[in-house]
Amino acid sequence: MPYTRGEVRIAIEAANVRQLFEALGVRFPDLRAQLDNDLAIAIDGEIYQDALLQPISGTSEIYVFPKIAGG
Amino acid sequence: MTVSTMIKYEQKELKVVGTRPLRPDGVDKVTGRARYAADYNMPGQLIGKVLRSPHAHARIKSIDTSAAEALPGVKAVVTREDFPDMAVEYAAAGELTINFRDVTRNMMAREKVLYDGHPAAAVAATSESIARKALKLIKIDYEVLPHVIDVVEAMRPDAPLLHEEQYTEGVTPKPDRPSNVAKRMVFARGDVEAGFKQADVIVEREFNTKPVHQGYIEPQACLASYTEDGQAELWTSTQGHFVFRAQCAKVLQMDVSKIRVTPTEIGGGFGGKNNIYNEPLAIALSRKSHRPVKMVMTREEVFRATGPTSGANVKIKMGCTRDGRIAAAQAELNFQAGAFPGSSVPMASMCTFTRYDLANVRVVGNDVTVNRPKVAAYRAPGAPIAVFGVESVVDEMAKKLGIDPIEFRLRNAAREGTQTYYGPKFGPIGFIETLEQARAHPHYSAPLGPNQGRGIATGFWFNIGNETSAALNVNEDGTVTLMLGTVDVAGGSRAAMAMMVAEELGIDVDKVRPIIGDTSSLGFNFITAGSRGTFASGMATVVAARQAIEKMRQRVAKIREVPVEEVVWKNGQAQPVEDGTRQFAPMSLAEIAKVAGKTGGSIAGHAEINAQGAGPGFGTHIVDVEVDKQTGLVKIVRYTIVQDVGKAIHPAYVEGQLQGGAAQGIGWALNEEYVYGADGLLQNPGFLDYRVPVASDLPFIDTVIVEVPNPNHPYGVRGCGEVPIIAPMAAIANAIESAIGIRLFEQPMSPPRVLKAIEAEEARRGA
Repeated sequence: MPYTRGEVRIAIEAANVRQLFEALGVRFPDLRAQLDNDLAIAIDGEIYQDALLQPISGTSEIYVFPKIAGG
Repeated sequence: MTVSTMIKYEQKELKVVGTRPLRPDGVDKVTGRARYAADYNMPGQLIGKVLRSPHAHARIKSIDTSAAEALPGVKAVVTREDFPDMAVEYAAAGELTINFRDVTRNMMAREKVLYDGHPAAAVAATSESIARKALKLIKIDYEVLPHVIDVVEAMRPDAPLLHEEQYTEGVTPKPDRPSNVAKRMVFARGDVEAGFKQADVIVEREFNTKPVHQGYIEPQACLASYTEDGQAELWTSTQGHFVFRAQCAKVLQMDVSKIRVTPTEIGGGFGGKNNIYNEPLAIALSRKSHRPVKMVMTREEVFRATGPTSGANVKIKMGCTRDGRIAAAQAELNFQAGAFPGSSVPMASMCTFTRYDLANVRVVGNDVTVNRPKVAAYRAPGAPIAVFGVESVVDEMAKKLGIDPIEFRLRNAAREGTQTYYGPKFGPIGFIETLEQARAHPHYSAPLGPNQGRGIATGFWFNIGNETSAALNVNEDGTVTLMLGTVDVAGGSRAAMAMMVAEELGIDVDKVRPIIGDTSSLGFNFITAGSRGTFASGMATVVAARQAIEKMRQRVAKIREVPVEEVVWKNGQAQPVEDGTRQFAPMSLAEIAKVAGKTGGSIAGHAEINAQGAGPGFGTHIVDVEVDKQTGLVKIVRYTIVQDVGKAIHPAYVEGQLQGGAAQGIGWALNEEYVYGADGLLQNPGFLDYRVPVASDLPFIDTVIVEVPNPNHPYGVRGCGEVPIIAPMAAIANAIESAIGIRLFEQPMSPPRVLKAIEAEEARRGA
């Protein structure tokens, strides 16, 4: 996990995806470029792409991974 | 709409969705009237041609275009000097994020040419013959450099470097020397080492695949017209005209609003028409010559310079307990990216084992630059390559354990609630259903003939949504014009969208005329890719239709002088709500349309959404092959696909997608490969030497549509175009092994390679 200095599970306070990505970028500067361009997010099992204003609840389970597209 | 759009599935009685009406673009296509990009012409147009690199890797020392410019009939010449250099800046473009620094270098070489066919200059002339003559007059002084094509060779520390400034991303500590490995990524869950210790049987294998091309029938073609007021119009064969507009605006430093792109009918794309090639060159040549410029690639140019998929090296290790449960799975995927970073290895890494419910997984992906054209997406980008390895190992594992291959997969299959190794848990999915229906299919138990074998393999694709716009206008005669922003990539999406609108409005599908709007007529639309067309554009059309219905309810409330709450839309008309307090004469859509102009203006609906909630798709393939041991020829005897598509809006076109995907996968498995000489030049840039399957090569491909609705789409659509290409390579390899007892680890499984494997096995047994 070179972008997060080995951390794979973290707790961050955020009300939506933008706030989450901003907080991640502050905490892990090496991750900023990926957050801006390359990453999708799953909130409680649903995958969102380019959805910065999507709300996140206090109990949401979040995963961040590469964006998905196709041919 | 608000933040992002996800409309929940509602089960209801359907009148149009699920039927098989004729496609609205069908007559034009079968009569030859449909206009593809090369059919477009403008008065006074010039013909543009590209001078391409004759070297796999060389530094450009100088370019002299003076003789070409002096040739009568030549109106413009462009080189790297005509395009601004670009800083590193990323944007989404189909399969992956692109870097504009690379885009501008791919469309026109700057410091170096990086592959055979890399554009180095372009001319526009009054005829093609003059343009070709002009290309010969351009003098380029090259310093030829060592090249590397093979992915494993390119990863070596002493390999020729494509990009001296490229250091591997994703490794710790940061490297102190440049590398062709642009990025390394790891996806992991659980503890694979502990998992392998629990395993009773471990299988570890290595696979290699060659690069293949999307093989669309229509070569890239475009027509550009740049006018003196700084506006440009572009007609082109594309999977995403909005994305093409954005990319052209960026590399030409133009305002987006000053470029209008019209997508023509498209003769196939499959991911290969997600990216610009000649389009910015045509606009630049038109700008310089003050004349429209038409550019049509030859088939040779398509092969040499447009994005094929990666060739790859794949290592798979799997451990199982005796009861047939996978205890640990591990993969290393090394993918050619071509001349610039950005292969499909991230998505391939995420698809590698995703069909199975695994506690211990580790997948490492490497994105590797080599002296080949920059790869482009190809239908489920990267997944067939990874799955070739995994499903071959699964087959071998099932045999070692004495378990039926479908039963083995059922014991390990992902289902609702399974946690993927890239993160989220699956919602409702239909993988189990595809396996069970495959096992129950008569094909699975049919007897086999001599030298025949049967193979099974499975595929998974995420599917996507993304930015989408649509508009519909209720015409004065009660018909509806539907404007879509997603290109109909020949799969029949116009028909599917018209059907969903007809279902919503309660009118005949013949009353809905769908067209594809140009970039000036709608909000932004992402490319038609990732099996998103029917899912996302379908959602947008439903939003637009429901908006129009709402307007009609309000209009009828005013006309009938009743509160809007008393009006409901049902059976194609505005009528009183059940148990309402006011009775009034219902009005049909046609009746409302007839008086719309005099009662407040015409009725329309539109949607600009970011569709979310795409439903994953799964498929199971059964194939029978017959192997000629004398020649190594593998014949496909029977083929059956069972796939969960969520909901088939138009089942015939879904079946066509499944059959087309399998046909491409069969070609990939048996015949197709890029062949490079020791000089790094492509040896087979044409359909004579690069053999795609034709109708006579294939049996009828049977399809079974499974419908487990996607809960996040109003009709339950998942998407269907990507999944069917994923399994064929592995299924065929498994069938060959079943037929002759020899497992092949290299694609294509062409007659020479199969024969070599047979002879090697005979020699081994004889020895």
